[in-house]
Amino acid sequence: MELETFLKNFADMLDETAPELIKADTEFRELEEWSSLTALSLIAMVDQEYSIKLTGLDIRNSHLISDLFELVSSKIK
Amino acid sequence: MATYSVEGIEIVGISACVPKNVEKNIENDIFTSTDEAIKFIKTTGVNERRIVPNEICTSDLSVAAALELVNKLNWDIKDIGIMVCITQTPDYHGPMNSSLIQTRMGLSKECIAFDIPVGCSGYVYGSSVITSMMKTIGIEKGILLVGDTLSKQASPKDKSTQPLFGDAAAATAFSLTNTNESIIFDLGGDGSGYEFLYVRDGGCRNPFNSHSIEYYLSEDGLIRNGCHTIMEGMDVFSFGISVAPITFRNVLNKTSLNIENIDAAIFHQANFFMNEMIRKKLKLTSEQTPYSIGKFGNTSSATIPLTIVSELKNRITSEKLNLIFCGFGIGLSWGTMYIKTNKIICPGLIEI
Repeated sequence: MELETFLKNFADMLDETAPELIKADTEFRELEEWSSLTALSLIAMVDQEYSIKLTGLDIRNSHLISDLFELVSSKIK
Repeated sequence: MATYSVEGIEIVGISACVPKNVEKNIENDIFTSTDEAIKFIKTTGVNERRIVPNEICTSDLSVAAALELVNKLNWDIKDIGIMVCITQTPDYHGPMNSSLIQTRMGLSKECIAFDIPVGCSGYVYGSSVITSMMKTIGIEKGILLVGDTLSKQASPKDKSTQPLFGDAAAATAFSLTNTNESIIFDLGGDGSGYEFLYVRDGGCRNPFNSHSIEYYLSEDGLIRNGCHTIMEGMDVFSFGISVAPITFRNVLNKTSLNIENIDAAIFHQANFFMNEMIRKKLKLTSEQTPYSIGKFGNTSSATIPLTIVSELKNRITSEKLNLIFCGFGIGLSWGTMYIKTNKIICPGLIEI
């Protein structure tokens, strides 16, 4: 599972955010576009691209996009 | 999960009742900007909901739906042998809505009438119980009532529930039949998710007390008190998109049909974005998947029959249809059923 692809998938699911802002150390909750509805898009993206189930607790315990990446990677194994 | 079939019972009619009062989300004060409202409407699909005034309860919506249906079917109320009432917002904590409705409708004292408290999966659970009882006992005429007044349980300040939930009830008439068509059910549940759709106070575990009405800010920034429905949106979403396709396929596989042969798949109207993900996973077309969430919001166990009355009335009254109903939610629990209908009675939507 590639970090670059994950960052691209993350950027693709957003409507109003410049892709340059989406980096491994981005605090996703600080993005202006981030809302509870964006969280649903994230769960959908991870399900669609990686066939992995993200829970509310997973998202609450993550702060950086790299946290999410590591979480999803660990669930794939 | 339990997948099984029941023969010798058919649906002969479906009706639905909603309150007259419309609330449009684009005008909803709970949103701090029009942009916020538009975003919510785009994701959830809810343009407007029907909300009861204080003096209308679930039994009122249920009785209106039932009486209209019985009238259009030309049934004698005294011939109804069973009435099952699915609700999680009964008029009182006791007695059951079925008792109130029994007397108000003039059902016979020999009519078997009881409530079952189930929410989003309630239409399928209710159908599974009533069809099995009718078949086993040999009851010729039965009515299934489903409905909730979720608006009475949603925090007026909670952006995740107030603009999503609506009020409705529906009545479905079942009859014994000689055809050998099967109704197929798949039912299941996962109680480990009980806190994802949850009302903390007012039951026996946390009896209503003076703190129950104190508003608090949740971790997710939502404002509610102990009497209000908590919906952990992310977890419910994650659950819905994984479980619904599985239970749907369990039922489809037990029929001899392919996905293209299904005339309509009616899902519990939870959230447009979630339902679309489920639809695409199952490779159903948009034509096969009617929505009513735009007009009524999430009305708990009533969403499936309400969608039929609102979106499928012309077809269901004039054609034979292969239908699959799929409900999932509070519990967590889920249920899917396949049924073939043959030109059933379907009165226009009732508004009170």
